[in-house]
Amino acid sequence: MLKQRPYLIEFLTAAGLVVAPFVLPWLGFAPNTVNRILVWGLFGLGFDILFGFTGLLSFGQSAFYGTGGFVAAWLLTRAGFPNVVLALVVGMIAAAAAGYLIGLIALRRTGIYFAMITVAIAEVFFFVEFNPLSDFTGGENGLPGVPTPSFNLGFTTLHFTTGWSLYQFLALCYFIGVVIALRIVRSPVGAVFSAIRDNPLRATAVGHNIHGYKLTAFVIAAAYAGFAGGLLGVLQAFMPPDAFTFDTSGQLVMQTAIGGRGTLFGPLVGAAVWLSLQDFLQAALGLGAAWKLVLGLVFVLLVCFLRRGIIGGLADLYGLLTGQRGAREPGESEPEAVAGASAPHATAAAPTPVRARPAGNPTGPILQAKGLTKRYGGLLANSDIDFTVNHGELRGIIGPNGAGKSTFFKMLTCEVHPTSGTIMFEGRDITGMNVTDVCQLGLTKSYQVNQLFAGLTVRENLVIAALSGLRGKFKLDLFRSIDSIPGLSERVQHTLELVNLTSRPDTPVSELAYGEKRRLEIGLALATSPSLLLLDEPLAGMSPRERVETVKLLKSISQGRTMIIIDHDMDALFELAERVTVLQEGRVLVEGTPEEIKNNSTVQEAYLGGVHGVLAA
Amino acid sequence: MINWPNFISQLFNGLALGALLALISSGLTIIYGTLGVLNLAHGAMFMIGGYAGYVAYSYTGSFILAVIAGSLFVMLLGVAMERIIIRHFYHRPHEDQLLVTFGLGICFVEIVRLIFTSQSQVVPPPALLQGITSLGFLFYPTYRLAVVGIVAVALGGLFLILYRTRLGMIVRAGIEDSVMVDSLGINVYRVFMIVFGIGAMAAGFAGIINAPVVSLTPGVGDDILVETFVVVVIGGVGSFPGAILGGLIAGEIISITSMFNPGYAYVMLFAAMTLVLVLRPHGLLGTQGRE
Repeated sequence: MLKQRPYLIEFLTAAGLVVAPFVLPWLGFAPNTVNRILVWGLFGLGFDILFGFTGLLSFGQSAFYGTGGFVAAWLLTRAGFPNVVLALVVGMIAAAAAGYLIGLIALRRTGIYFAMITVAIAEVFFFVEFNPLSDFTGGENGLPGVPTPSFNLGFTTLHFTTGWSLYQFLALCYFIGVVIALRIVRSPVGAVFSAIRDNPLRATAVGHNIHGYKLTAFVIAAAYAGFAGGLLGVLQAFMPPDAFTFDTSGQLVMQTAIGGRGTLFGPLVGAAVWLSLQDFLQAALGLGAAWKLVLGLVFVLLVCFLRRGIIGGLADLYGLLTGQRGAREPGESEPEAVAGASAPHATAAAPTPVRARPAGNPTGPILQAKGLTKRYGGLLANSDIDFTVNHGELRGIIGPNGAGKSTFFKMLTCEVHPTSGTIMFEGRDITGMNVTDVCQLGLTKSYQVNQLFAGLTVRENLVIAALSGLRGKFKLDLFRSIDSIPGLSERVQHTLELVNLTSRPDTPVSELAYGEKRRLEIGLALATSPSLLLLDEPLAGMSPRERVETVKLLKSISQGRTMIIIDHDMDALFELAERVTVLQEGRVLVEGTPEEIKNNSTVQEAYLGGVHGVLAA
Repeated sequence: MINWPNFISQLFNGLALGALLALISSGLTIIYGTLGVLNLAHGAMFMIGGYAGYVAYSYTGSFILAVIAGSLFVMLLGVAMERIIIRHFYHRPHEDQLLVTFGLGICFVEIVRLIFTSQSQVVPPPALLQGITSLGFLFYPTYRLAVVGIVAVALGGLFLILYRTRLGMIVRAGIEDSVMVDSLGINVYRVFMIVFGIGAMAAGFAGIINAPVVSLTPGVGDDILVETFVVVVIGGVGSFPGAILGGLIAGEIISITSMFNPGYAYVMLFAAMTLVLVLRPHGLLGTQGRE
């Protein structure tokens, strides 16, 4: 929705803001109400980046709203600061700084912990404003006398005072806010934000430092909140202490959910609904204090039945009316999927030259594990495993269920740390490193159970994975267009070809058939451009036909690449692998060429419990 | 110079507050631990317990009946809430659960405000526990002393339910691994309903017990909810002993800081929470499980 023609949304926003003063009075909106809606909308832009795009639900945004507001108001009323806009910017910076510090603490945990911590922190800010800092903030009286902005242009001075006059200033601020927010959302950082929302575990595994990005989103939200808080003081000519209350945070959350999260304009729509309903219920219906109950009920109903809020609901309705959402039914998507799976494959597999890492074509070991042991309490999952893989090799690992294969992979990719032993990758000791850094070094895996970014399209999934290889684990290119990154579209296209998904780049992951999801899973790992790729049961759950296709695919991927594959499908593995390692009960049983393994009596015994031996004899 | 009688009476205040927080938090934490839902309407449950008790008291004049009515009403409200709304949210993301319980909390508060107005209501302590008791070196309100005892009994009851009954075993197993419990052929959804009822009842019971200490207003649950969060973060989510330990710590921090400057009570509470988050991210008695 946010990616149509360039600058279309910016243009529509500007047009809407220009037209609003001429239209809204006819609909019964007072200018002051419109101005308040704009301030809430600006506040919500940052919050939507945090909640709607990054998936972090904070109930503590009042802390930054109040901080920015009071810093700006204090500068203007007590410190004799002459320039309103500069004071607003200083307030914004103060709020962002507070956001950085608070983010360091609150982001130590995720999910409900994060929500609880933000609530508690906002409450602290509220009390600090009232007591220890009341000399600066006026305590419960707030700070009266906040001036309105004026600009001296030399030949004339522009004053923005109240009503529609102030609206012009607020509308300009909101417009700039929208432009910046759109840039952020469309930047590589924005792509990583949505990856964090959809699957933080995989976002980490494909090599993004998600903690850094979460902190970034938190600071962005705090900065927007701080600027909006300053505008609140300007709007009311008074900085009210209730900016700091929990109700402020709560109202923001509710407005965002009512309007539609993840849309940027949801908070504005939500605020318009909220404030106009409040006026309407209080004034027209004479409901008095009951307005909040009505709004609360509306909110609960929306959360229950219209998950994506008003904007999301309208988008679905529009889609329904224009009949664009036919692909929802699985019956429609699957035949197409099967057809797409087999037809273009033969052409895609052969001509794709695989680029290895620029290091050239070295020989010798790429990975060396020595004495790897993993204990879970009393359970010994892996015991004293020595394991070496050479550059360019395709190694298979087999073993009965519970042999410790997956644990072994998790240790190699540093998802879990070994109890003892060391892992060397390309001559570097990676024992104890984290999964993100290891992925950045060129070692990653595809998961046994699909770990995709389920809310995004195939292409967006691959873009996220490819970005980590092209820009490192953390980079603040907030204003860069995602299309301007050199090599990105080539790499995504190349990966699409490798995993044979060129026909469906813009399909949402939720509409893919199982086999396609499985290939995308491998594609995610491939797009990070690993020099060593681990595949954990790539054939699991596939039909015989899909297996044949996937084995072909794995063969084409393996050219010029080092891979280790775990699977239960021995025929496939013996066909693919040059050497096979057999694990049993956490130890290496034997290692050798497929032929050697097939004819090894201990392996036969491990798998067939000795029956085979008896039969042979 | 510290005024010792004053200091000790603050310690007792902290104990009473801490015990209440422990009870409310254990309700919140067993619901979260078992159902995976953080109930943001928990503070409202606390408030409604007080009001339900207040209604019963104004009709009967009996404090005991008020306590029973308050607890039972909130338990039923909890069960109804779980049946009608919460159960549709088990498979939806955490954020949606937070949003819906937050909205319900607001609705509850506003309904109570509509019926009883924002004016504060008073429930006097039972005749037997009125007045003050001499502890030799200081005089202390009898009812506040009694609160510690009453809440200790309630926590003991909760302990017995959790650690000595079949239901409790299922609940504790569910906190460890709800998928496993589900696959053992236990009807987890019925257990969820009961747990939600018990958890809500803990808050409602605390609400009516607390009513004689502070006056009742529709917003009385809001601050309590925030304090409860801190307690749960300090103690460890899903941990019953953690909730008790965290409650006592939080109660004492608030009381003792208030003796010097009430404005810093929350700052100190927050500092303690930060310290715990830095040193033991999963809480003092929490385990590295659910997130």
